[in-house]
Amino acid sequence: MAFVNWLKRHFVVIAGLLTLAYLLLPNVVVTVFSFNNPKGRFNYEWQEFSTDAWRDPCGVSGLCGSLSLSLQIALWAMLGATVLGTMIAFALVRYRFRARGAVNSLIFLPMAMPEVVMAASLLTLFLNMGAQLGFWTILIAHIMFCLSFVVVAVKARVMSMDPRLEQAAQDLYAGPFQTFLRVTLPIAAPGIAAGALLAFALSFDDFIITNFNAGSTVTFPMFVWGSAQRGTPVQINVIGTAMFVVAVLLVLVSMAVGNRRKRQRT
Amino acid sequence: MAAVTEAPPLAPTPAPQKKPPRKRGRWMPYLLLLPGLLWLVVFFALPVIYQASTSVQTGSLEEGYQVTWHFATYWEALSEYWPQFLRSVLYAASATVLCLLLGYPLAYLIAFRAGRWRNLIMILVIAPFFTSFLIRTLAWKTILADGGPVVGALDALHVLDVTSWLGWTAGDRVLATPMAVVCGLTYNFLPFMILPLYTSLERIDPRLHEAANDLYAKPSTTFRKVTFPLSMPGVVSGTLLTFIPATGDYVNADLLGSTETRMVGNVIQSQFLRILDYPTAAALSFILMAAILIMVTLYIRKSGTEDLV
Repeated sequence: MAFVNWLKRHFVVIAGLLTLAYLLLPNVVVTVFSFNNPKGRFNYEWQEFSTDAWRDPCGVSGLCGSLSLSLQIALWAMLGATVLGTMIAFALVRYRFRARGAVNSLIFLPMAMPEVVMAASLLTLFLNMGAQLGFWTILIAHIMFCLSFVVVAVKARVMSMDPRLEQAAQDLYAGPFQTFLRVTLPIAAPGIAAGALLAFALSFDDFIITNFNAGSTVTFPMFVWGSAQRGTPVQINVIGTAMFVVAVLLVLVSMAVGNRRKRQRT
Repeated sequence: MAAVTEAPPLAPTPAPQKKPPRKRGRWMPYLLLLPGLLWLVVFFALPVIYQASTSVQTGSLEEGYQVTWHFATYWEALSEYWPQFLRSVLYAASATVLCLLLGYPLAYLIAFRAGRWRNLIMILVIAPFFTSFLIRTLAWKTILADGGPVVGALDALHVLDVTSWLGWTAGDRVLATPMAVVCGLTYNFLPFMILPLYTSLERIDPRLHEAANDLYAKPSTTFRKVTFPLSMPGVVSGTLLTFIPATGDYVNADLLGSTETRMVGNVIQSQFLRILDYPTAAALSFILMAAILIMVTLYIRKSGTEDLV
């Protein structure tokens, strides 16, 4: 009975932690199987411990090429979507203009549409234009679907900004350009950075839209997809694990730095 | 670009002292909006129109396609692929419900019970995103492998007997069954449920819980009458953020399912990229888009949170 009471009292904690375990289990499997030495072409069954793949992460032809292509596309897509999205966000928050409703729905719709629909319709456009599918069509598509997410992230930050700070700058004889560069932009920076990071992550991990519009160009997710048909090299798990570790470390370090600054201020 | 370089000289034009911000303000919003909106119009809105036109064309790859207003394509596509449509909606709806049931306790835990662990748990929820979702989906092949520990445990508990009887699994297999696909969909879209739920739970004033407690409400009553209604915006946006992408997904059905679990996304993908039957593929994609827009509009209206977006 005591146990049942305990279970009742901590139900939320137990259920929540079980969900967390469900979320993290695949990452554990990916990490463990990066040390596997599979017998056949597929890396789904545990055979024996080996660090071969870690010592030779680029040992599979095409893997590291696809990785660097994905990084390049993600960087350019991040840049393009962040610039265009930030401009839209500022216009939406700071100015009155006609057709605001139409603009808002044009930004909202790409987020409310299944990826496969956007992917298929963009492909019909490219086919009709006779465009050569490859790097540029992927980049165009990625900027298109990242744009809305940047707008949302930047808009939230700009909206919570105190407009009096800019007025103060102008009272102190700062020109519009100077005000923007030295007051507005630094305050909006966290929102812009959040939008940019989101765009990078979305572009880097995108599969469905790339699958339709890549032609024969192979990005990293496309490489993984292809290997699921032909045979999964252990190196895929190595890259997956390495990305996970690096990203978590970056987050922890940035949090530690942030905490330290906060403590120094108080 | 020419317009942008012309903008600064506008400031010192006659009578700038009177209303300079207004003069600047008249053109600025359009200049800021133009490039981004042009991108969305050309590469998002225009393609949807192109797709609609493709769906009523007839012809072949060799001879080219012409718009012939051949609406029968829609009828043929629906009558041939209605099982895949139905399956998409069923799988996505099951995954959404599962996401809500699994995600709510975790969001609640982070919002009210985690204390100093809050940031760590938050990072752990987002962390899986750092590994490509395809690699993580492939990991489910290992987890649900035939004769593996998970399947063995489910078999020993006679869960598989029940699920097989319901048609969710087949015999002593979980892979290549509807259950594996729904499990993968749930897993992939769970963070999209947890994050909005957490945002709306976190905004709830904890004093409301104390007030409910002071008024002799049991914890379950507090949840039913206070917490859950106040978290409705999170529930609505969470369900939308899981249901919409799950309906169009074909990755889980392809990697974890079989030919018996093909969803409409799989059909669109293979029609477009392998069979090259563009009109049928365009019609299917158009139907999917329309169906989702209608469902989402009805849902938002029903749940009464129109100021959501």
